[in-house]
Amino acid sequence: MSIAEAYEGAGTLQNASTLKSEERRESLTFLGLSMPAVVTILIVVFLPIFWLSSLSFYNAAGELSLENYARIFESALYRRTFVVTFQISIVVTVICVLLGYPLCYWLTRMPDKIAAILMVFVLVPFWTSVLVRTYAWLVLLQRNGIINSSLMSLGIIDEPLQLAHNLTGSIIGMVHIMLPFLVLPLYATMRNIDGDLVRAAVGLGSSPRGAFWRVFFPMSLPGLFAGIVLVFILSLGFFVTPALLGGGRVQMLAQRIESTITVYSNWGAASALGVVLLLLALAMIWLMNRVFGLDKLFMR
Amino acid sequence: MEQVGQRKIDGMWLTVVGTAVLFFLILPTLIVIPMSFSGASYLEFPPTSFSFRWYTAYFTSAEWMSATKTSLIAAVLTTAIATPLGTLCAYGLHCSTPRIRSTAQILVIMPIVVPVILIAVGVFSLYAKLGLNYTLTGIVIAHTALALPFVIVTVMSGLQNYDFDQELAARSLGASRAYALWTVTVPQVKFSIQTGAFLAFITSLDEVVISMLVSGGEKATITRRMFNSLRDQLDPTIAAISTCLIIVSISALIGVQLIGRSKTADK
Repeated sequence: MSIAEAYEGAGTLQNASTLKSEERRESLTFLGLSMPAVVTILIVVFLPIFWLSSLSFYNAAGELSLENYARIFESALYRRTFVVTFQISIVVTVICVLLGYPLCYWLTRMPDKIAAILMVFVLVPFWTSVLVRTYAWLVLLQRNGIINSSLMSLGIIDEPLQLAHNLTGSIIGMVHIMLPFLVLPLYATMRNIDGDLVRAAVGLGSSPRGAFWRVFFPMSLPGLFAGIVLVFILSLGFFVTPALLGGGRVQMLAQRIESTITVYSNWGAASALGVVLLLLALAMIWLMNRVFGLDKLFMR
Repeated sequence: MEQVGQRKIDGMWLTVVGTAVLFFLILPTLIVIPMSFSGASYLEFPPTSFSFRWYTAYFTSAEWMSATKTSLIAAVLTTAIATPLGTLCAYGLHCSTPRIRSTAQILVIMPIVVPVILIAVGVFSLYAKLGLNYTLTGIVIAHTALALPFVIVTVMSGLQNYDFDQELAARSLGASRAYALWTVTVPQVKFSIQTGAFLAFITSLDEVVISMLVSGGEKATITRRMFNSLRDQLDPTIAAISTCLIIVSISALIGVQLIGRSKTADK
């Protein structure tokens, strides 16, 4: 429409102002096209969270106060929840890096076709329901599960290890769920690194290890960082796997929020915890945006 | 000479770690499939006898069937709503000014990065006021918001590779904007739209945390029932259900891969 009109406008010597208002109208039309999706997200995600956040500033009597936040810092239970959440998230992230980085590097050195086939081993778990994978770990890690029974038949242990329904189980399960989130951005970044640069470094006299650490590794850092932030944010707010594999012994932030509402109906306390979790997540997202650029997600 | 030896050791070490990590990722994902065909009344691996008893248990249970129906209907509706809305949004954002685009991009990506427990609790309290808890409408609205970012991101990256002059050409030849969008642009980014639709379907079908709070009663989703059942005991019926879910996910993944392949073949 606008182009045809713009042509007509030029023909009848109508000028810049017509074009400009036309342009403005057009950009409003585009905005209008985006609106149904944007409004849905605003209503489902932003509005309730905003409302929830406002709840956190009222005490049980309905007066404005910071009581809920004060309690987070005073209560040993809540403090413990934060410490446990951070500890688990850090451990999970570190293990994901230790497992994911060598995997991605190995895949990068493979011929394209083989690497594409091997990536199926990462994509199938990534697309499989978190619940299904958590269930599989519950079965594998149980007292008479395959891991315990094979370790016992190999004579490595005499008594079955307590692997599920505790911290160990939660961490193993979480690493399994989170690993693809680290691998996918990291592998994409590594694939784009020009192998000639590393070969040039070796050609100029660097040892292969030196070339790796001084040329390849620094260039893989943006992808590694994106993966780390992603895994860390998701771990901080993770619910399903620790709730099932932790067997009630592991209480992370998300579970605490859920039980504060469904068991104790304490909306004020739950929303204060929620606000802290939200701020942590937003800080991470901001950091990721600064270093990696969120809009990179929109490009290939 | 020493360097070559070192390189070989490094290479072997990488191969061992890489292979081990791949097995760590894939084996636990697929292990429920053989277990679901076990004839024993408890979970065992490897299974000692073969039977379909857990599939029979699944397909004859009125509760599981009603939950499966709810989940499938919710996933289909979510896909049917999120795909066109997300595509329009991606198109709109692609054509708007860079400033609007970058702000809106951060906004629409939020449902992926905000902890889902917060969305769940927020939606639960909002629905309590609107009477939408335990309804299909409620589930579909919430899942649509979660699925939209996936559609928008995939379609926008598709549009990035699309030469917009084609649409301009169509319009300069007299096509209206809507007609040019529908007949020229949409077919060109069809693959991205289909990929987005697959992602939307899987997102809704596998979603646990929101469903856990806002679905229930007659309208409980399959993930909600599975979650509650897993909290109590390890019912082997879940192995059969899991196998079905894995088959759906893998089919979707294969669909996307096939789309990707035909796309590169076209070029």
